[in-house]
Amino acid sequence: MQDLTWGAILLSLAKLFLPVWIALIATFALSITFKKHLGLYGKLFDSMIGMIGYALVMFWVFTALFAPMIATHDTLSQIGQMKNALPGTALPDIESWYLLGGDHLGRDVFSRMVLGSRVVIQIAPLATLFAYMVGITLGLPAGYYAGALDTALSFLANLVLAFPVILLFYLLVTPEIVATGLPQFIAVVLFILPLLFLILLVNSRWYVKPMLRNIVVGLIVVIGGWVYLALVGEPGSRVSILPEAMDIIRVPGNILIVFVSVVFVNSPTVFRIVRGITLDIKTRDYVSAAQTRGERPWYIMLWEVLPNARGPLIVDFCLRIGYTTILLGTLGFFGLGLSPESPDWGSTINAGRKLLTIAPHPAFVPALALMSLVLGLNLLADGLREESLRD
Amino acid sequence: MLKFILRRVVTMVLSAFCITLVVFYLTNLQPNLEKIAKSEAGARISDEEVTSWLEKNGYAQPLLKRYGEWLGVAPGWTHTDEKGALHGRCVTKNTDPAAIPRYCGVVQGNWGQSNVFKAPVLDIVTTRLGLTGILMFWVMMVMVPVALLTGVLAGMREGSRLDRALSTFSIASTATPEYVSGVILIAVFASKAGGLQWFKGSASSAMDGITFSNFLLPVMTIALYGIGYIARMTRASMTEVMTAQYIRTARLKGVSFKNVVLKHALRNALIAPFTVIMLQFPWLLNGVVIVETLFSYKGFGWTLVQAAGNNDIQLLLGCSVVAVFVVLVTQLLSDIGYVFLNPRIRIS
Repeated sequence: MQDLTWGAILLSLAKLFLPVWIALIATFALSITFKKHLGLYGKLFDSMIGMIGYALVMFWVFTALFAPMIATHDTLSQIGQMKNALPGTALPDIESWYLLGGDHLGRDVFSRMVLGSRVVIQIAPLATLFAYMVGITLGLPAGYYAGALDTALSFLANLVLAFPVILLFYLLVTPEIVATGLPQFIAVVLFILPLLFLILLVNSRWYVKPMLRNIVVGLIVVIGGWVYLALVGEPGSRVSILPEAMDIIRVPGNILIVFVSVVFVNSPTVFRIVRGITLDIKTRDYVSAAQTRGERPWYIMLWEVLPNARGPLIVDFCLRIGYTTILLGTLGFFGLGLSPESPDWGSTINAGRKLLTIAPHPAFVPALALMSLVLGLNLLADGLREESLRD
Repeated sequence: MLKFILRRVVTMVLSAFCITLVVFYLTNLQPNLEKIAKSEAGARISDEEVTSWLEKNGYAQPLLKRYGEWLGVAPGWTHTDEKGALHGRCVTKNTDPAAIPRYCGVVQGNWGQSNVFKAPVLDIVTTRLGLTGILMFWVMMVMVPVALLTGVLAGMREGSRLDRALSTFSIASTATPEYVSGVILIAVFASKAGGLQWFKGSASSAMDGITFSNFLLPVMTIALYGIGYIARMTRASMTEVMTAQYIRTARLKGVSFKNVVLKHALRNALIAPFTVIMLQFPWLLNGVVIVETLFSYKGFGWTLVQAAGNNDIQLLLGCSVVAVFVVLVTQLLSDIGYVFLNPRIRIS
């Protein structure tokens, strides 16, 4: 078998990503056609920067979605002769190539990069969403009521922020501490807040329609509570509440712990942003109008203040997904949390960095992937900011 | 003003107290202590031996008591072994038993002994901080001028082609975390495959003497990430200033564009970035940890990773105290500096 040249490598890469190209073109065609009816999302397509950012982000989202179709090899199978093989090296026996070379154990760099996108695309947005719900649930009352509550919560938030992130990760994610169940206890406390957020949201909206409210709140408590218990509890660990048959969500290995630490690190910043905006918005006339009307505090916070704070929050959300991606990579870089065999980009960079001066490609490829995703998110946030400021 | 500083200092001490307590708690969980016992007394010791080792070395006391010992407000533990020799926190070899102090903690200037490096924590932390200080100094020397220049040039004429190009550059540089830019820089400039072996991929030789080739890559790696962020803040503040009334007046008066930028806009535009630059220090610390690990430069960040990875309790506590104070002191300084630069702001 002949080794491939760079031209041939690029051509085969482009061919492998075919499903992604099709999905991207379809998304853009549909969005641009209907952009007048799509609100802020539609306006994104007026800004070049926003479009480039969106394309980069969606590229990785679709890659994660179609990953099994794109990957050419198994992520774990090792071939001895392919150790640190250069990009485009042909496999010894069968007609196949390692398009972007082999890593220090002889695994395919390209397939690992493609499947690694799944870990990042799954965890980063979800963790950011959770951090947002935690930050909003605590930040709104802190800003709205001010006083002692604000002082106490702000002190706690500053405390977490003053912690060097890496030290915190080392303290939370090492196996000895995981065995004590501490991250799970943090999860128990942290993850109740999103549930509380949803209940408060519904309760304050339909407080005057008790029938409807009771049904919806009941549904949230039952379904959300089940998901909550299944998520934080793991049969056989320190926190196991549900019996094994009912524990539908099996979070593999250390992913829950990584998830918890990332939410824990992110939520104080969100808290500070939400608190700051609330302090500003609560002096507006429409808030006084609602207060005069006799609305309840949580209604004002969730349905008067929060919708009016959405602009900066949406922009920050995009940036924060990027930041979370960086954090996940940092965890992988220090070999914390995820198993070393995991194909996620941070761990792969960590594995490749030891041989960087001899064979740079095993670390270079995931590094480039991570950079392009974060760049996409930053550009997207920039486009959104520009467009939301325009009106 | 004095009252404000006083209040901040009290918060600072309280925060440091809380954080060290948390670190102390987490590093002293039972499994961690067992790990220490096994690494100190041999990996194959039985459970009873672990318990007795912990008792002999003062680890078996209640958590708060031991935290007090570390802090220097509770008397240090002592233990007399079968041969009648005295062991204890405050006991050093070859000292007269009568001269042993009762208290020896942080308050008395004793930060304990590192398990990994077998040296006093205070010595380790100060030497390592010195090395990191050199790195930080060069990072600042590169980062601040480049970032301010980029930001001012971009914000001077909003929407121009120069602005677009520089803004894209700053977004790209903030989107590249240190471990990515470090990998890319090494791959391009220091690896055989990259072809250009201009610089060294390791900074371990920089600890003896800094040369251009062994120090440029680590400095650039940290600086790049910060440049984008500061440049964006400077740009935002510059564009705001450039639309202000007094700039328009100056322009209409006939002052040249160059003079407007240099004499009227620049000073006012640099207030906001000052805070941002000050607030960079805390996460520079973060970047320093990554870069020092990547380039094996044995400074403070590298020490922090070693301490955390080996559960070296005393060293970890020392490191976290330093890290926390860096964060809180810079916050305080940036607040005070902000007031001096901008007399319109009053702290009450």
